[in-house]
Amino acid sequence: MFTLKEIKKTVLISLWFVFLTFPLMVIKVDPIEKTVLWRWHNALYVAIGIFCIRCLIEFFRHRKQQKEKKKKNSSDDSQALIHRILVDPRKRNIMLGVLLSLVVIFPFVFDTYQTNIMITALMYVVLGLGLNIVVGMAGLLDLGFVAFYAVGAYSYALLNHHFGLGFWAVLPIGGGLAAFAGILLGFPVLRLRGDYLAIVTLGFGEIIRLILENWNEFSMGPSGISNIDRPYFFGINLSLEHSILYLYYIMILFLIVTIFIVNRLQNSRLGRAWIALREDEIACQAMGIDKRKTKLVAFALGAFWAGVVGVIFAAKTTFINPASFTFLESAIILSIVVLGGMGSIVGVIFGALILILLPEYLRALSEYRMLAFGAILVAMMVFRPQGLISKIRRTYTFKQE
Amino acid sequence: MDYFIELFCSGITRGAIYALIALGYTMVYGIIGLINFAHGEIYMIGAFTSFIVATVLSIYGFPLLAIIVVAGVAAAVWSSAYGFTIEKIAYKPLRHAPRLSPLISAIGMSIFLQNYVLLAQTSDFLPFPELIPDFAFMEPIAHIVGSSDLVILITTTVVMIILTFVIKFTRIGKAMRATAQDRTMAMLVGINVNNVISATFIIGSALAAIGGMLIASHIGQINFYIGFIAGIKAFTAAVLGGIGSIPGAVLGSLVLGLTESFATGYVSSDYEDVFAFALLVLILIFKPSGLLGKDETQKV
Amino acid sequence: MKLQLSGKLLSTAACFMIALSAPALSSAADTIKFGVAGAHSGDLASYGLPTVKAAELVVEKVNANGGINGKKVELLVEDDVCKPEVATNTATKLISDGVDVVLGHICSGATKAALPIYSNAGVLVMSPSATNPALTQSGEYPNFFRTIAPDDAQAKIDVEFALNNLGYTKIAVIHDKGDYGKGFAEFAKKFLEDSGKAEVVLYEGVTPGAVDYSAIVQKIKRSGAQAVMFGGYHPEASKIISMMRKKRLKTDFISDDGVKDNTFIKVAGKDAEGAYASGPKDTTKNPLSIQAVEEHKEKYGADPGAFFENAYSAALAMLNAIEKAGSTDLDALKKALQTEKVDTPVGSIYFDDKGDAIGVGFSVYQVQNGEFVEL
Repeated sequence: MFTLKEIKKTVLISLWFVFLTFPLMVIKVDPIEKTVLWRWHNALYVAIGIFCIRCLIEFFRHRKQQKEKKKKNSSDDSQALIHRILVDPRKRNIMLGVLLSLVVIFPFVFDTYQTNIMITALMYVVLGLGLNIVVGMAGLLDLGFVAFYAVGAYSYALLNHHFGLGFWAVLPIGGGLAAFAGILLGFPVLRLRGDYLAIVTLGFGEIIRLILENWNEFSMGPSGISNIDRPYFFGINLSLEHSILYLYYIMILFLIVTIFIVNRLQNSRLGRAWIALREDEIACQAMGIDKRKTKLVAFALGAFWAGVVGVIFAAKTTFINPASFTFLESAIILSIVVLGGMGSIVGVIFGALILILLPEYLRALSEYRMLAFGAILVAMMVFRPQGLISKIRRTYTFKQE
Repeated sequence: MDYFIELFCSGITRGAIYALIALGYTMVYGIIGLINFAHGEIYMIGAFTSFIVATVLSIYGFPLLAIIVVAGVAAAVWSSAYGFTIEKIAYKPLRHAPRLSPLISAIGMSIFLQNYVLLAQTSDFLPFPELIPDFAFMEPIAHIVGSSDLVILITTTVVMIILTFVIKFTRIGKAMRATAQDRTMAMLVGINVNNVISATFIIGSALAAIGGMLIASHIGQINFYIGFIAGIKAFTAAVLGGIGSIPGAVLGSLVLGLTESFATGYVSSDYEDVFAFALLVLILIFKPSGLLGKDETQKV
Repeated sequence: MKLQLSGKLLSTAACFMIALSAPALSSAADTIKFGVAGAHSGDLASYGLPTVKAAELVVEKVNANGGINGKKVELLVEDDVCKPEVATNTATKLISDGVDVVLGHICSGATKAALPIYSNAGVLVMSPSATNPALTQSGEYPNFFRTIAPDDAQAKIDVEFALNNLGYTKIAVIHDKGDYGKGFAEFAKKFLEDSGKAEVVLYEGVTPGAVDYSAIVQKIKRSGAQAVMFGGYHPEASKIISMMRKKRLKTDFISDDGVKDNTFIKVAGKDAEGAYASGPKDTTKNPLSIQAVEEHKEKYGADPGAFFENAYSAALAMLNAIEKAGSTDLDALKKALQTEKVDTPVGSIYFDDKGDAIGVGFSVYQVQNGEFVEL
């Protein structure tokens, strides 16, 4: 399987990486003491590491090729397992039932920490589904999604702090304000296309964060707002464990509602208009779709979900400051959508679970945690560029009697 | 009036700094239409490499001029090598993938490189050796324009002129323009597109490395995180000027630098970035493809 | 292939989850679990990692001497990236792992978000660096202690020094927009205005990480300030002071504990000469401090970073309290912390009933010949 030529190539690649990482990995200088530390052993580690990684990749590529050869002879089942389950109503109901019961008993099987990070992951699932409307369906690249999330979170924090409004009262208000912000942003930038839109939304996100940071009288600045109320359970103030549990079920319920609505949207007139808009703007206009209205609705709906999750976020952490709403956050949410498979609801769910739970479970790697996270992000994109579970376009087959 | 001139000069310096990084962004975007988020990290690696080489050389007692030349060359060589390798690993397999996939790959690469430098070197801020001495002839106006400001300005100008020349008149430049216009067509007329893309990454990375060295020497310190903010600002500047256009990147950088400087000087530095981004939004509303970007006609 | 990949992914994910949650269920009770939480990656890692090193050094030494009350000390290090939302996960993770005391968090915001979770579990938290006054003064966080002075105490010392010792009447207050820097700057501004002796001629925030600060320096120059009072950390401080000197501006520079770090002098070099910064008293002559720095150099081959001594002291204080109290019960620990004095690199300290350290004497330092000299 490994020819001499292949091994030679692998060795050359290893040597290239040794050269590449030489200054940063081998030399360490202390400019004050004027000492140089030569860490030659690191070069060796790099060489061995790259050699092994390359061998592994080649091995898997080889195996994949052989499998594909075999597959050509057998029947072609290119659809993912999950889609085949979803297509069959009976299988789908069984799967949903199993999934639901798993989800319901989850907090009783695992400890508070697991429940807590699961809440975070679920929040990102909903955020991903919200952004999926804007990016996945309508094809508008939004790099400032976190701004709407911040609007929601600050609505709850401020209304709770100043007027003592409760969680349930602010939930729709936060969503509404975020949707309003979405329309506000949407109006001027409708003319922009592609990456120009991306940079403007990025700027918008930064502007919102900077205002929160600098306008002390309004947002209490970088020191943030603390002691935000957790959600009350019919007027009862719950203990920490119970309120985490409560929040978990709120989140599950909310997720189910979101999935239901997004799924219905996808197959509605509006959803198809979005997809048409994404594919070709001009053709779409020629077909009589109001471009302006359709885009604004996409922005507003995406923002609405972000706002609602923002409210939940503020209630969960009980403390917020502008540091939580940086560009990196937007990038993570976008990664969820792309990694999962653009436009695919199931994909977004998987994407969010992986991207949010991964750094938590990678805690075992301690300082190598984020290094691994970055590498995994690249690897996933390289090996599955279309996303984990790509969207299946509705196809109609013509059957002859 | 003095105050105005002072602010103007600091704005131009800032703009020249952004321009050195923005050129790489704009070149890569022009060729493969990718927002290369890892470009800021290339700049950081360039700064780190020149820092390491310069410090080693100064410990062994080399003269200043030799240090500058060797450190600059080393930074450019290694940054280019990184740029080249990153393209091969993270972007090339994604050339026919959906448009956003390489973007996510770039974000992942950026996170990876930051943490790689953090682990391989240190999380601390390191003092960068002052490579540009105070010129005696600059002393009368040192309170307005410093020596390092001058060097950065000259470098940016020279680099822009050379780059424009290379792109306009050389063989590789013509190949780059052809690839940017239509990749399939370029392949048909016998251009090796892979080589052209690699060359773009190499040139862009080398520019970022030179920028990294000069800027780090100007600020006097580096750590693993410097690439992120500089990268975002440079990207903004590139879009402002019309992404894909080389003079546009420089113009956009200067406009952005001046806006920030005047906003700080006459309003408040609390909101300098708000002004910068607000200006960006305004310009894009009236000129949707940036200051010098070409309006592409949409085709159905 | 697709089919198998998603199937495999699911099963690996499931295995992963089970494998990682398993150790949480079987926690052995024969060690003292010492949590360390803070930013260990991301842009603020340089403020969080020195604390981990301090804890490692202290714990290593304690374990070499047979542990505390016959129990070994076990370190649980968790990253919070200085973000409130991650900090709550970090806190629940530590609680699930059965942590007894926590050294951290590093940033005030993350600390505020995490404290209710620790307080619910009755876990003592001591931060080496969270300086937000409300953390102790509001009385909302009974389980919180710290070995660093709050923002207002530092601002007071700096303002009094600038007014009484240096006699300035025009001062520019600059901050880095962060919770620490802006908190300090707000108090400095308030104290300056209340004193009636000086005028705040400029009050602004700079953007951290910006590539150039010449515009703000020109503005300082134009404001005619006699001194710049800066709230923030050393990277921005050294950039601003270098830029001031480059622009031939000789205005004095007064700053806080985030700047009183040797890295500031290293990075700013000769430009740092003459700058003032407040910080804990005479740590350089304290034998414990010298020893701690030596240990760090020996083990890690470099000088310690930000908040190292505060973290070292906090670790010592907490372990001492556990030893004296004979348990890890919160009330017993609080009592021990409030009554038992302990010798640490930042001085011989104990804590008041709000959680601030008493005995962390503060004074103003000046950079002279490349060293911080106490005035």
